[in-house]
Amino acid sequence: MSVHKAVPHDAAQLHVTGRARYVDDIPVPADCLHLAFGLSTIAKGRLTALDLDAVRAAPGVVGVWAGNDLDPIPDCSPSNHDEPLLSDGAIHYAGQPLFLVAATGHLAARKAATLARVDVVEETPILSIDQARAADSRFEDGPRIYAKGDIDAALDQADHIVEGTIEIGGQEHFYLEGQAALALPQEDGDMIVHSSSQHPTEIQHKVADALGRPMHAVRVEVRRMGGGFGGKESQGNHLAIACAVVAERTGRPAKMRYDRDDDFIVTGKRHDARISYRAGFDGDGRCLGVNYVQDIRCGWAMDLSLPVADRAMLHADNAYLLPAARITSHRWKTNTQSATAFRGFGGPQGMVGIERVMDHAAFVLDMDPLQVRRLNYYRKAPAADAGPSGGSFSAKMKQGARLDTADLEGRGAVRVAPVTGTAKRFGGAHSPVAGGDAPNTTPYGMEVEDFILNDMTDRLAADCDYKGRRADIAAWNAREPVLKRGIALTPVKFGISFTLTHLNQAGALVHVYQDGSIHMNHGGTEMGQGLFQKVAQVAAARFGVPLAQVKITATDTGKVPNTSATAASSGSDLNGMAVKAACDALCGRIAEVVAPELQAEAADVVFEEGMVRAGTAEMTFEDAVARTYLARVSLSATGFYKTPRIAWDRIAGQGRPFFYFAYGAACSEVVIDTLTGENRILRTDILHDVGQSLNPALDVGQIEGGFVQGAGWLTMEELVWDDKGVLRTHAPSTYKIPCASDAPDVFNVALWDGVNREDTIYRSKAVGEPPFMLGISVLSALGQACAACGPHFPDLQAPATAEAVLAAVTRARG
Amino acid sequence: MTIRFLLNGEPQEVEAAPTRTLLDWLREDARLTGTKEGCNEGDCGACTVMVTDPDGSARALNACILFLPQLAGRAVRTVEGIAAPDGTLHPVQQAMVDHHGSQCGFCTPGFIATMATAHLNGATDHEDQIAGNLCRCTGYAPILRAARAAETAPVPAHMRADAETLRADPFHWSEIPSGGAGGRQPPAAPTSADELADWYMAHPDATLIAGATDVGLWVTKQHRDLGQVAFLNQCADLREIAVNVETIRFGAMANLNDVQAELAPRHPSFADMIRRYGSVQVRNAATIGGNIANGSPIGDTPPALIALGATLHLRRGEARRDLALENFFLDYGQQDRAPGEFVEGVSIPVQPDRLRVYKLSKRFDQDISAVCGAFNLAVEDGTIRTARIAFGGMAGIPKRAAAVEATLIGRPATDATARAAAHAFAEDFAPLTDMRASAAYRLQSAQNMLIRYVAEMSGQATSVLEVRP
Repeated sequence: MSVHKAVPHDAAQLHVTGRARYVDDIPVPADCLHLAFGLSTIAKGRLTALDLDAVRAAPGVVGVWAGNDLDPIPDCSPSNHDEPLLSDGAIHYAGQPLFLVAATGHLAARKAATLARVDVVEETPILSIDQARAADSRFEDGPRIYAKGDIDAALDQADHIVEGTIEIGGQEHFYLEGQAALALPQEDGDMIVHSSSQHPTEIQHKVADALGRPMHAVRVEVRRMGGGFGGKESQGNHLAIACAVVAERTGRPAKMRYDRDDDFIVTGKRHDARISYRAGFDGDGRCLGVNYVQDIRCGWAMDLSLPVADRAMLHADNAYLLPAARITSHRWKTNTQSATAFRGFGGPQGMVGIERVMDHAAFVLDMDPLQVRRLNYYRKAPAADAGPSGGSFSAKMKQGARLDTADLEGRGAVRVAPVTGTAKRFGGAHSPVAGGDAPNTTPYGMEVEDFILNDMTDRLAADCDYKGRRADIAAWNAREPVLKRGIALTPVKFGISFTLTHLNQAGALVHVYQDGSIHMNHGGTEMGQGLFQKVAQVAAARFGVPLAQVKITATDTGKVPNTSATAASSGSDLNGMAVKAACDALCGRIAEVVAPELQAEAADVVFEEGMVRAGTAEMTFEDAVARTYLARVSLSATGFYKTPRIAWDRIAGQGRPFFYFAYGAACSEVVIDTLTGENRILRTDILHDVGQSLNPALDVGQIEGGFVQGAGWLTMEELVWDDKGVLRTHAPSTYKIPCASDAPDVFNVALWDGVNREDTIYRSKAVGEPPFMLGISVLSALGQACAACGPHFPDLQAPATAEAVLAAVTRARG
Repeated sequence: MTIRFLLNGEPQEVEAAPTRTLLDWLREDARLTGTKEGCNEGDCGACTVMVTDPDGSARALNACILFLPQLAGRAVRTVEGIAAPDGTLHPVQQAMVDHHGSQCGFCTPGFIATMATAHLNGATDHEDQIAGNLCRCTGYAPILRAARAAETAPVPAHMRADAETLRADPFHWSEIPSGGAGGRQPPAAPTSADELADWYMAHPDATLIAGATDVGLWVTKQHRDLGQVAFLNQCADLREIAVNVETIRFGAMANLNDVQAELAPRHPSFADMIRRYGSVQVRNAATIGGNIANGSPIGDTPPALIALGATLHLRRGEARRDLALENFFLDYGQQDRAPGEFVEGVSIPVQPDRLRVYKLSKRFDQDISAVCGAFNLAVEDGTIRTARIAFGGMAGIPKRAAAVEATLIGRPATDATARAAAHAFAEDFAPLTDMRASAAYRLQSAQNMLIRYVAEMSGQATSVLEVRP
C-alpha cells in the first residue's frame, strides 16, 4: 500500500535537475510585458503630484498607470476591500505601490519605476503599538475578549503572582521564490493566470473582480510555489491583478515578479506582538489563572489580521489547563506593511506568551520549568478508541532507523512527582489542585479530548536525559565564567481547522483513463510540503495501484472550484479526504461492473496490488477499467469533503473551532556568551505527533524545517523599521534567516507512534504549522542560560539576538 | 564585446554587454531556467553555478553578480549540466533525492551546484560549503545528510571534462572590439598589473571590477551605469601571494579563500573570521584588494590587517607608494587614493600569533559585521608591551583604537586591566545605531571583546562556536 511510506517528494527528481518549473520559468510569448511597481518612500501622507514623464520615456517602457488611470482602482484585499492596487492618493505605508510600469523587460521595468517625481504631503505615521494605542488606531471597534472562570478571584487567591511583558518580533517569510504572476489574455476577454499562490480561488475571485467579469472568465493555475509559509495566501493578489489589468488593456501577456527588496518592502509579514501577562500560581506551581493583554500590530490594512489575532488568543493556553483566564486582544492599525498569514497564524505568538508565563513562574518558585509545565498540563485523554479509517492502518509504520518505532502502549503516564514545597522561595499555603476535577476545557470552552502530551513529554524527557543534562549544565555553568548553557523542554498543542468554519471544505477531480492511468486533481496547492505526493499516495492506495500510475497535476480553478487556501495545515486532511471520496466513487463503479465477472458482490471487491479481486478471483486494474469503459460507465468523479464536528462563535469566543489538536515537544540546549550575547543551539530533540503518518519522510521534513524556521524567528530574524517607518532590513544581507550551521549540532526527530482519534485521512494528523512552535524551546533555553548569570529574572525578549541576550544577561545580574 | 566560454560542455560565443549578469543571460537568453534568482545580491545562493578556470580549478560562484565578461575563457556548469549526459543523476543529486533534501525545490539547483563543486574538490566541511545557500524549508538537516552520503561516491567523468577541454584547446581572451553601445569604449581586460597601471592612468574615471561581489550590487540593486569598466580577473600577477622571512604580501586580486588558506597556519583566528566572511561563493570571487579599496566601514579584513600592522601598496602608473593601512581610510567613503591610483597589494609582517579577531553579527555565517574587533597585544612578563587594536563597525572607517591601546600599554595583562580600559572606548569611538545593532550594544560589546581577549589568552573558554553538545 502506498500510504504510510517514506517515498520522496514527487518532484524531487525535477528539483535536483533544475527541471521543476516555477512561474518565472514558464516560457512566455515574445510580446510578453514585464511589470514593476513604483513604491512610496514615506509611511503616511497624501500624493499631491505624480510626474511619470520620465518613467514613460525610459527605454522599453510600454505603459504606465497611476491610481487615477484605473477607474475603479482594483482592490486586492482578501477580507475588507481596503487595499487598492495603486494608491488612491492616500499613502498608508512606506512600500505602498503608487504606480505600475509595463516594459519589454524585467530590468527595464524596474529601472523605469525609480524615475518618477513624487510630490507628497507627509503626515506623522502611526508605527508602534504604543502610538496606535495612543491614537486608538485599531481594527474592530474594540478589543476581543475571551474569558473562562473568574480571573480576578483566581489572582486574588494566588500565592504567587507573576507579571510581565514580552515583545515578540515579526518575521519575513523569505520564501526562496519571490511573489510572481503571469497573465495570458484569451479570446473574448477571458484570462488565464499562473500565480505563485496558496489560494488560486482567491486569485481568480480578485482578478475577475478587477476585470469586472464573472469568475468563470478567469482560470488560475498553480503547479508549485518555491515556498509559501502563509506569505502567498493573500500577498500574491497584487501581482496577479496587475498582470491581468495590463494584459486586458494591452492585449499582451504580462508577467510580474518582485525583486527581493521589493518583496520585503511591499508584502506583509508575521504580526509582531506584545504579550502582557498577570498570572497566579499556588505554592506548588499550579496555575490558577492568567490575565493576558495581547497587542497585535496589524499594519495598514485588515488582510487576515482578525483570524490571526483570534488564533493567538486560541493558543494562549497551549498545553495548560487554566482554571481561569481572560485574554484581551487589541488589533492595532499602523502605517507599516499589512501583516499577514505566516505558519502558525498567530498561534506562535499566543504560545510564546504562556510559555513565558511558565518560565517566569518556575523562576519565581525556584522550580524546574518542566515540572511546572508538566503540573499544569491538560488531563490525559482516555485511551483512544480510534478505528481504522478507510483502509489498513494497523501495521506499525516501518520507518528509517532514525525514526522512533517503539511501541508506547502500556507505558502509561508517569505520575507527576509530588511537590513537597521545598525550595519555595516565598513560601505560601498549598492551594487546592488547580483544575483537579474541573472540566478539561480550553479558555474558549472546547473540551480537550485527545491530550497526549503527558506521555509524550515523559518519553522525550527520558530519551534525551533532560534531568541529567539539566544537572550537568548547572554544574558546568557554576565553573564557566564567560559561557553559560541552558536547556528547556517545551510542548506544542496546536488546533487543527480553519477557524472560519466554512473554509473547512475541499473538492477533488479524478479521472481514470482507458489504459488504467489516473489523473488526479484537487484544490490544494504544492509549496514544498509534499501535499501532492501525500494525496497521490492516498489515490494509489484507494485504487491499489503503484504510485507512478497516478498523475499529479497542477491546481486549476477550472477543474476544482471554490477551494480554500492551502493553509492552516489543512492540505492533506481536506484534500486527502476529497480525493479519497472521488476514488472510492470510482472504485464503486468499477466494482459494480466487474463483480459479476468475479462472481462476487460489488461490496466484496477489493483493489490491491494492481489487481481487482474478490476472493480468489481477480483481474488486473487495467482490465477492470477497460471493462468499465466498455460498459459505458463514467470513469471520472468528483470528491468532496467537509470537516465534521466543528462550530465556532468568534465573537463570543465559545465553541469547538478545531476538529482535533496536533501535539509535539522539543528539548533544546543552547550556549550563550555573556560578554557579547552570541548564542547557539547545541542540541535539539523532538518528539512530534502526526497521527498515523501518511509519509514519514515528508512529515519529518516538515518537523525539521518548521523547528529551524521557528528557532530563526525567535533568535536571529529581526525586522527593523526606522523612526520614519521605513523597513531597513529588506534583503538577505540585512535580514538573516538560519543557514546550515544554525541548525542544532545534534538534531534528533522522532514521530510519536499514535493514531488520530478523529476520523481523518488514514488517521494522520496535520503537520504544516505545529512543528514551527517547537522553536519556542530555544527561546526558553536561552532564557535559562541568561538566568544562570544572576539572581534576577532575565526577561529575555524576542527575537533573542545577541544584543537581546546581552541585555537579558545584564538584567539577570541586576 | 564577444566572449567565448563553455556552457555545460558546449562552446559558446556571446556578444556580451559589460554588466549583463550571467544569471540574466542564462535565464533570458540561453533559456536555462534551472538556475534561480532568489535575491539578486549574492546572499542566497539560488543562482550558484560551477565555474572552471583554465588552470583546472573549479569553484562555486553566484551567477547573479557575475558579469558575462568575467567568464571569458572559462567553463560554466549549471544545474542542467550536472547530471551525466545520459541522464544519470550526479551522486549529490541522487543523495538529495534519497535523503529528501528538497521540499519546495527553488533553492535546490543552487545547492546542487555548490555540493557538486565541493564533491569535485573533495571538500567535506559541508556546513561551510553550503553556508552561502539558503533554504527556508528543510532546516538543512536532510541536505547535510545528503552531502555526507555522497562524499565517497566517485566524481563522474563529465565533471572533470571542462578542465580537460579548456586545457586541450586553451581559450584565450578573445575580445572583439565592437564599438560598444553609444560609442562607448569596450571594457578593458588588462592581463597584468603593468597593463592595468597604464590603462587606468588613461582612464582614471573608470570602474575597476575585481570580484564584483560589491560592484555587482551597484548594477542589480542600484541600477547604476558603471560607465567605462575594466575587468581585472586576467591580471595573474595581482593574484600572487608572496612570502619571505619578514613579510607576507597579498596581491590585490588574491581571493579570500586563497588568503584564508595562507593565513590558517599563521593566524588561525583571522582565518576563522574569513571562514565567516561571505560564503564560499563570495570568497571565491571577492578579493582582498577589493575589500580594502572600497573603503567600507564594515569590511572584515581591514581591522585584522591593521592589527597586524599591514602596509598597503598603491600604484599610479609607474609610481608606487606604501602607507600604513589605517592611514588609507580617511573618512566615510573617502580614502587616500589619487585618481588613476589602485591598490596593488597589502603586506603584513611575519610575527608570532597573538591576534584574535572577533566578528559580531546576527548570524554566524555569511553575515555582515555589526562589530568586528581585532586585538594584537604583545605581553612580556605579564605586562602589555605593545598593543594594536582595530575595529570595523564602530566608526565611519575601519579604525584603530588609539586611546584604548594607550591605556593598556605598561599595564598587567589581566581582566582588571581590560575592565579598567572600558572608558577609553568612548574616546576612540562614537558608533551608530542601525539595523545591525544599537550604538550602546556596539560600545559595550567592543569593550567586552577586550575582556574576552584577555580571558581567551589566559586559557578561558570564550567562544560559543567551540562548545560541543
